[in-house]
Amino acid sequence: MPIISIRDLIVEYDGRRVLDGLSLDIEQGETMVLLGGSGSGKSTLLRQILGLERAQSGSVFVKGIDITRCSQAELKLIRRSVGVAFQSAALFNSFSVKENVALALREHTSLAPSIIDLMVWMKLAVVGLAEFGHLHPQELSGGMKKRAAVARALALDPEILVFDEPSAGLDPIVAAELDELILLLKKAFHMTVIVVTHELPSAFRIADRIAMLYNGAFLAVGTKDEIRNSEHPRIRQFLDRVPGKMAEAPAVTASFEKYLQTPEVNL
Amino acid sequence: MATVIEGIGRKTLNQLDYVGGLSIQMWAALRAVGASLPLVGNRYRWKASVGQMLQIGVSALPMVGLMAVCSGFILAMQGASELRRLGAMHYVIDLVAVGFTRELGPLLTAIAVSGRSGSAFAAEIGTMRVTEEIDALRVMAFEPVEFVLAPKYLAALIMVPCLSIASNVCGILAGGIFMFFSTHLGLGLYLQYVLTSIQLRDVISGLIKSLAFATIIVHVGCLEGFRVHGGPDAVGRSTTTAVVKSTFLVIVADVLFTAIFYLTGKH
Repeated sequence: MPIISIRDLIVEYDGRRVLDGLSLDIEQGETMVLLGGSGSGKSTLLRQILGLERAQSGSVFVKGIDITRCSQAELKLIRRSVGVAFQSAALFNSFSVKENVALALREHTSLAPSIIDLMVWMKLAVVGLAEFGHLHPQELSGGMKKRAAVARALALDPEILVFDEPSAGLDPIVAAELDELILLLKKAFHMTVIVVTHELPSAFRIADRIAMLYNGAFLAVGTKDEIRNSEHPRIRQFLDRVPGKMAEAPAVTASFEKYLQTPEVNL
Repeated sequence: MATVIEGIGRKTLNQLDYVGGLSIQMWAALRAVGASLPLVGNRYRWKASVGQMLQIGVSALPMVGLMAVCSGFILAMQGASELRRLGAMHYVIDLVAVGFTRELGPLLTAIAVSGRSGSAFAAEIGTMRVTEEIDALRVMAFEPVEFVLAPKYLAALIMVPCLSIASNVCGILAGGIFMFFSTHLGLGLYLQYVLTSIQLRDVISGLIKSLAFATIIVHVGCLEGFRVHGGPDAVGRSTTTAVVKSTFLVIVADVLFTAIFYLTGKH
C-alpha cells in the first residue's frame, strides 16, 4: 500500500486550473522527486500533500487517511509523521537554532528537558550543525539555514520527509552537499522522501522515481532512466534546457529598436 | 447600474468575510488563551505572554504617560478658559477626573497601543506568512492562533487596562499641576476633590472599555497579518490597514459602550 496516494486532484485559483486531475502513488521508503518548471504546479501539489490548502476535488491519502476530508485532529496526527524543510527554511527568527529544533519535541512529547537537549544535539549533529545550535537563524548562511530546517524537520523522527526546492539559492557545492545529506538521511532512517525541485543534477542524484509536471498535469512518472530517455518533446525541452517562446524574440528586438529611436536616447 | 450593484454586493461580501474572519479568530483565541495562563497552561506560552506584556505595556508606558500628561493639561486649560468666566473653576477638577477615568484614559491608551503594537502584530505575523513560518507551524501540528495570537491577546488583556490606569493617573496629575499654578490649589486637596468626584463605576466602565479596546487591537492587527498575501509590500499595507481599522473600530466601540453606559444609567 502506498504511503501517499493522490487521486484525481483538481486545484483552481480564481477559476484558473493549477492542478488538473493528478493521480500519483508514492511508495514507502522511496525518494520521489516532483520535477517541473516555474508555474508547473509542483509547489501547489506539495501544499496539497501537506494539507495546507483545500482542493476543488480529488483526494490525498497519507498513511491511508484522506487529508482532504479528515478532521483537524486527524490532520494534526498525520502531520506529526511528516517533516518539512521549506524553500526559505522558515526557521523562527526569535528562537535560536536549538530552540527551533526543540520546539516540536517540547510541545508534542513529554520528554524531560535533558533528553530533549540530547535529541536536539543529535539532530543537529546529523546535519553538521552541532556547534551552531546557540546561533539565531539570521546569523547562519543560506546552506546552514537549510540544514537547520532539515534538523527541525527530523525532530519527531518523521516517516515522510519533504523538501521544497532544497537547492534553491545555494551554490553548486553546498547544493551537492545537501543532496548527499538527503541520501544519507534516507539510508540511515529509511524515510519516504519527497523533493520538489527544478534542479536537474539534484533530481537525478537523489531520486528513485521522478514525476514530471507541466501545466498542472504529469507528463511522465518513472525511474531516473525512464525520464532521462523519454522522447516526450516537453520533457526533452526541459532536460536539454531548450529556451521556450523563441517566437517572442523578434518582438523584443522590435521593442528595443523602437526604444533606441525615442528622443531621450537620441539627444 | 448592474456594475454598481455588483460593486456594492462585492464590498458587502468582503466586509461580511472580514467580520466572519474576526469572529472565527476571536473564538479560536478565547479557546486557546487558557494555554497561555500561568500554572495551568503551557509554560512556554506564558513565557511568550510575559515577553509580550513587556512590549505592549512596559515599553509603551513613557509614551502613554506623556500623551496623558499633555491631554490632561489641554483638558484643564480648555475647561478653565470657559469655566473661569462662570466662576466655576472647581469644576475643572471634575472635568479632568471624570473625563479621564471614563473616557480619555482608555481611549488615549487604545490609540497609543493601536499605533505601537497593533501595527507590530500585523508586521510580525505578515512577515511570518511571507517567510512561510506560519505554514511551518501548521505542518508541525501547531495552531498559529494558539501559538502566535493567544500570548499577545492575554498580554493585551492584562496590560491595556493597566496602561489605562496609568494614563488616568498621569492625566489627573497634569490637571492638578495646572490647578496649582492657576488657583494655588494644593495637590493634596486636589486629590481629595478628585476622589470625591469619581466613583468606582467610572473606573470600572473605563476598564471594561479597555478590555474591549485590547480585544479589537489584537484581533484586527493579527487578522491583518494572517491575511497577508504576496511580498514585503503586502506586509507594509497590512500594518497601515491594521492601525487604521483598529483605531476606527476602537472609536466605534467607544461610542457604543458610552451609549450603553448612558442608557443603562451608569453615567
